[in-house]
Amino acid sequence: MDLRYSESDQHFRSDLRAWLAEAVAAHGPGPSRHDWDARRAYDTSWQRKLFEAGYAGINWPKEYGGRGASLMEELVYYEELSRARAPNVAMNFVGVRHGGPTLIAEGTDEQKAAHLPRILRGEEVWCQGFSEPTAGSDLAALRTSAVLDGDHYVVNGQKIWTSFAHCADYCELLVRTGTDSKHRGISWLVMPMDLEGIEIRPLPTLLGESDFSEMFLEDVRIPVGNRVGKENDGWRVTNVTLSFERGTAWAADVIQLQRMLEGIAELAQSIERQGASAWDDQALRREIGHLSAEVESVWSMVKLQVSELAQSGVPGLGGSVIKLAFTELNQRIFELGTRLLGRAGLARDPVEGLADLGLVDRYLSTLSLTIAAGSSQIQRNIISERMLGMPKEPRVR
Amino acid sequence: MDFRVTEDQAALREGIRSFCEGRIPFDTIVESAERPLDPGLWTDLAELGVFSLRETEAEGGLGFGLAEAVLVFAELARHLVPGPVLWSALTAGLVPEVAEGKRVVTGLDQTREAAGPILVEHFEASDTLIVLESESIRRIERSDLAGRPIETPLDPLTPLHQLSALPPGKSIGDGEASRRLVREGTLLAAAMQLGLSEASLEHATRYALEREQFDRPIGSFQAIKHILADMLVRKEQAKAAVYAAAATADGRGVSDVERMISTAKLMAGEAAHKNARNCVQVYGGMGYVWEMPPHFLLKRSFVLENVFGTMDEHADRIAETLAS
Repeated sequence: MDLRYSESDQHFRSDLRAWLAEAVAAHGPGPSRHDWDARRAYDTSWQRKLFEAGYAGINWPKEYGGRGASLMEELVYYEELSRARAPNVAMNFVGVRHGGPTLIAEGTDEQKAAHLPRILRGEEVWCQGFSEPTAGSDLAALRTSAVLDGDHYVVNGQKIWTSFAHCADYCELLVRTGTDSKHRGISWLVMPMDLEGIEIRPLPTLLGESDFSEMFLEDVRIPVGNRVGKENDGWRVTNVTLSFERGTAWAADVIQLQRMLEGIAELAQSIERQGASAWDDQALRREIGHLSAEVESVWSMVKLQVSELAQSGVPGLGGSVIKLAFTELNQRIFELGTRLLGRAGLARDPVEGLADLGLVDRYLSTLSLTIAAGSSQIQRNIISERMLGMPKEPRVR
Repeated sequence: MDFRVTEDQAALREGIRSFCEGRIPFDTIVESAERPLDPGLWTDLAELGVFSLRETEAEGGLGFGLAEAVLVFAELARHLVPGPVLWSALTAGLVPEVAEGKRVVTGLDQTREAAGPILVEHFEASDTLIVLESESIRRIERSDLAGRPIETPLDPLTPLHQLSALPPGKSIGDGEASRRLVREGTLLAAAMQLGLSEASLEHATRYALEREQFDRPIGSFQAIKHILADMLVRKEQAKAAVYAAAATADGRGVSDVERMISTAKLMAGEAAHKNARNCVQVYGGMGYVWEMPPHFLLKRSFVLENVFGTMDEHADRIAETLAS
């Protein structure tokens, strides 16, 4: 039961910290949310810098250009990036954390060579074409079809919740190649985003303009060579990607959250209330203290999970536990932040006289956390069934 | 960093678990309610090393750290062990004969609040009362204390006595010694809360799989499944918090000890209470019945909530660390 990092982890930390101190300052603040070209340039050039410093693909094997970091180093990596307020992985996310790892696990040598180095260097942006209007929690019910025509698949269908579709070069696309079986009729394709027949429609969320889009695919011709894994084996391929998830997915967010709470505490001390400050409200202080304890214990859960994974090599179901706990906690923290602002929380833009932590927009964006990547309800099903042995949900058909 | 429980620690925990399953299975717990503390059990606990965990081997103890102690106390509480085990283990290094199980010690933490009714747990079973104050530790013999028993304590396994006054007794430690015992006592109480939260989950899980209604186990209904899932998450958070606090207190952490201990007491206290409350609910009508586990787990959680700082008190302390 030892929480201390090893000497070599600490060396990794100090080297990284030193590099980040300079690199983050040099990279500067991000551009306006509405300037997509500038955002792509910002995100991909940061990825390039990480690559040149040897920090790209932190958990990618070295043979594919990654750092090949140990789990502990990966934790340190996220800790330091958060401390340094480094740019977010942003547009590089799907390529670096999802598509790239899938190619590493399941791609042909040709596919790996074509994409992996470019992803790492920030030369390729990927998006994800998984969810559909009728296939969210039940992703395997997807209907976008891919019919073989010579050496191409002809793809027709619709995708939703595709982040950065209009900036992406490639899309990891799940399609239906077989109708005999639900789960064993799915294939995983790499779709170039410059093909004919792809229509992208921005999808405003409750935050207004967003990074999300709907994609309409009409007779899009994708070479068979772009298929990753065998035909109708795509569901398994998708799950392999999930097993790449090493319990560190939420590490960066958890660390940020403790910092946000400190920011909220500071803000409370600056808000005047009834001749004193909002911080003088014991109920508020108590709530913040309670939330801080929760964040601390989620961080401890991450460390325990990582320790167990480092030993066994097998990802446990702790991921569901952490995801469920973290996302709901996240919401409660920003809900408190919004409440703290009172009437000033009616403005999503900064209000004069108050420090701007973007609390209201953060609160709104947390509403998606308990829905995306396996809703809280799905997570509870998973936990009760796979960890506690409860009977599975009855199938309707 | 290796935050896992080691093999030796797991073996220790398993040893305590086996002992409890054999010596204090649940039906004996129901019987022992409102009965005097079994001296045979106390001797057995002493032989197991429960009271000498923290003493060094040179002192005749087991030389364990807090990491081991929290594992032991979680197991004991999980099985609803009766008696002032926490106070006796805490003070075994300061009061002779406690480690051997020959002297039973109970205690009062007056570092937070000295006003109000003086209610002591396990008074009649104890020989000695230890009082923790901000600047000292006081030792008072039971024979020097007067009071009246509370006829109906909330926890049937934690008899209460109301004392009319506290004589000065003898000082056996200074402020620093007292603060150390408060720290360790808080952590052990948190460990016991963790054990309770685990027991609630275990019992509720088993019940949900066994109990059938509408021709199927009630655990196949999503409403029940989701209650159980929340109980598991709570318990896992509490566990991580208690282990992290113990490791940190043993000098193997990276954060502030006091903050970690407050976090543990708060999270484990909440898990113990909510899980026990959920356990009553999952048991349905049987959760409302005397002879079943849920209410014992719930009532014990109140006892532990009211020693070494409540959830609110610890939340306040943690908030203070965030103020600039």
